Amino acid sequence: MSETQRTREFITGNEATARGAIAGGCRYFFGYPITPQNKIPEYMSAHLPEVGGVFLQAESEVAAINMVYGASAAGARVMTTSSSPGISLMQEGLSYMIGSELPCVLVNMVRGGPGLGNIGPAQSDYWLATRGCGHGDGQCITLTPNSVQELHDFTARAFEIADRYRNPTMVLADAILANMMEPCDVLPPTEMPPADRPYAVGPHGQERERNIVNSLWVDFDEMEEVNLRIQERYRQAAEEITDWEEYGSDEPEVLVCAYGISSRVCESAVDEAGKAGVQARLVRPKTVFPFPSEPIAKWAEQAKCAVVVEASMGQFVEDVRLAVEGRCPVELVGHAGGNIPAVSEVVARILEMTS
Amino acid sequence: MTTDMKQVYAYPDALTEVEMRYCPGCTHGTAHRLVAEVIDELGIKDRTVTLATVGCSVYAYEYFDTDAVQCSHGRAPAVATGIKRVQPDTIVFAYQGDGDLASIGMAEIVHAAARGENFTVIFLNNAVYGMTQGQMAPTTLLGQKTTTSPRGRTAPEAGFPIRVCELLDTLDGPAFLAREALSTPPHVRNAKRAIKRAFETQVAGLGFSLVELLSTCPTWWGMTPLEAIKHVDEQMTKCYPIAVFRDRLAAQEGEQSAESAPGEGE
Amino acid sequence: MGKVVIDQERCKGCMLCVEFCPKGILAPAKEVNSKGYHPIECNDEDECTGCATCALMCPSVCIEVYR
Ligand SMILES: Cc1ncc(C[n+]2csc(CCOP(=O)(O)OP(=O)(O)O)c2C)c(N)n1
Ligand code: SF4
Ligand SMILES: [Mg+2]
Repeated sequence: MSETQRTREFITGNEATARGAIAGGCRYFFGYPITPQNKIPEYMSAHLPEVGGVFLQAESEVAAINMVYGASAAGARVMTTSSSPGISLMQEGLSYMIGSELPCVLVNMVRGGPGLGNIGPAQSDYWLATRGCGHGDGQCITLTPNSVQELHDFTARAFEIADRYRNPTMVLADAILANMMEPCDVLPPTEMPPADRPYAVGPHGQERERNIVNSLWVDFDEMEEVNLRIQERYRQAAEEITDWEEYGSDEPEVLVCAYGISSRVCESAVDEAGKAGVQARLVRPKTVFPFPSEPIAKWAEQAKCAVVVEASMGQFVEDVRLAVEGRCPVELVGHAGGNIPAVSEVVARILEMTS
Repeated sequence: MTTDMKQVYAYPDALTEVEMRYCPGCTHGTAHRLVAEVIDELGIKDRTVTLATVGCSVYAYEYFDTDAVQCSHGRAPAVATGIKRVQPDTIVFAYQGDGDLASIGMAEIVHAAARGENFTVIFLNNAVYGMTQGQMAPTTLLGQKTTTSPRGRTAPEAGFPIRVCELLDTLDGPAFLAREALSTPPHVRNAKRAIKRAFETQVAGLGFSLVELLSTCPTWWGMTPLEAIKHVDEQMTKCYPIAVFRDRLAAQEGEQSAESAPGEGE
Repeated sequence: MGKVVIDQERCKGCMLCVEFCPKGILAPAKEVNSKGYHPIECNDEDECTGCATCALMCPSVCIEVYR
């Protein structure tokens, strides 16, 4: 990616995502319309052909993820984007991609749920991303941006990550990030990197043995071996790409944990709590699988308590508790259904916990 | 054998040496052989991708000596679409059963056909879910007993059998649609002809092609292989008439021969 | 003049070739193969015309024909 050629523009998160994908070498897009992310497929339908790519509106999310599976098996950099109900429908396909060790990028602009829910912002697909991705022992590597700029950059980078670990990689955001406008330093469209996919199917003459993309292993030991290989890649990813950001006091009484849209609320809350005399430190994961347990454990050692803030009813907090491992009490500030926690509410909880 | 003898029937190059796991007399094997022979005759083995689906033919990727992708239940037409959009010149065929294609995968097959995606479907209709032990399929005949229609399929309980070729024939997208039976030597010869036509349609870039093969499941029909092929011939063909529904290649060839006919035009 | 070579290990004895052989010269063997099937044999090689109808019908792809 050519860092020097960025241009500053004022764009929505959806557009930033689409342009990040093209910058990351994505040339194939399969998807099905769903609010609040429709501007992504719309952008792709207009602009992928300009860079020699293909946009296809699938008949469903089930079909979309299977088209992604085919394109990835054929060696392409490929993506789909959707929102909560659509991601639910992709679960089986994702599991096949994980089992077949194929890369792809998907974006989930999470909306209120369960059920048809609404089109408000939510973080209630945390488990869908970090525990779900279909049946079996497999997960999506999951990146959690909190700005239009990060949506752009993380999406571009997600293609590299997916390729490196041969695993679906998800950008997990929400309805607000998708639709708000912010200044964004936009990358130029890059050329699709030369195919280095020895496993891809396609014409080959006598040059190689035949390639089989498959997740069926009837022999238990063979199946376990595939699993061990996948887990080894996750371990490697944990070492190489675990990412987070910290904000606030170096001598905190309170550890605050939040990702994505909630973390923006928490930056203000950390400032406000400081003014009210309570030192706090925010740890904001930029990846939630792999999860940055280390900084959370470190600050939990020092802090009196941890406050976890999420636009869901207690999903993300579980990973924080696993990282804290009883070092301090962990309190949840959760909202659901399109509501996100307010700064005043987070501050009040921080003060309450330290009084 | 004497040296002056010529081999007139050889094991197809496009099949691996792996022994197929089908039950005795199951015509899945016949269908595989015909497809392999066509791949050999067209010389496309090194640029063909086999899509194995979910059903008794799940191991198709072990049997066909081509590149292959194993697909989830019913979604092979979507997977084929993904491959062909990336590699338009690769020959792709999906080998689907009736549960795979006409039940769980109905949306994918209809939309791929409607888009006229340039790949080939070999649709094995044995009127039953073979792999999962003989349950009712969307193509199960009225009156047919299966493990989930133990008193025989009735329309009020379970609706009517689905005629896939006729259904797809309402769409503009398909370029080749045919139904044949793997029952007797003449029918098997015609089946091969149809399969070849379907692949030729794809090679010519004309769009979606599908061959429905009326097939047997002696095991779950509770019949001997001979009774089963008789059942195909006498019962299944009543519900599923043998026909070539669409052949755009023939239409094109017709135009070409008309153009080159002596004495016509300039 | 023809000749059929039937792979006795791959044959599952389904009888389709027996049914359609125009000369009626194919039949199941008395012995079983390692899978327990009675594989099909040709019991009158002189009669075989090499028409390959047996191979055409064989789902196990275990028949080769010479002429
Ligand atoms: C999502 C999903 N649902 C159900 C199954 C179980 N299943 C395996 S094969 C099969 C039926 C296959 O029947 P058909 O397509 O007719 O193939 P046949 O075995 O008859 O050749 C089913 C339901 C599955 N593997 N995946
Ligand atoms: S169960 Fe039926 S369809 Fe499956 S291999 Fe046996 S006979 Fe064939
Ligand atoms: Mg079936």
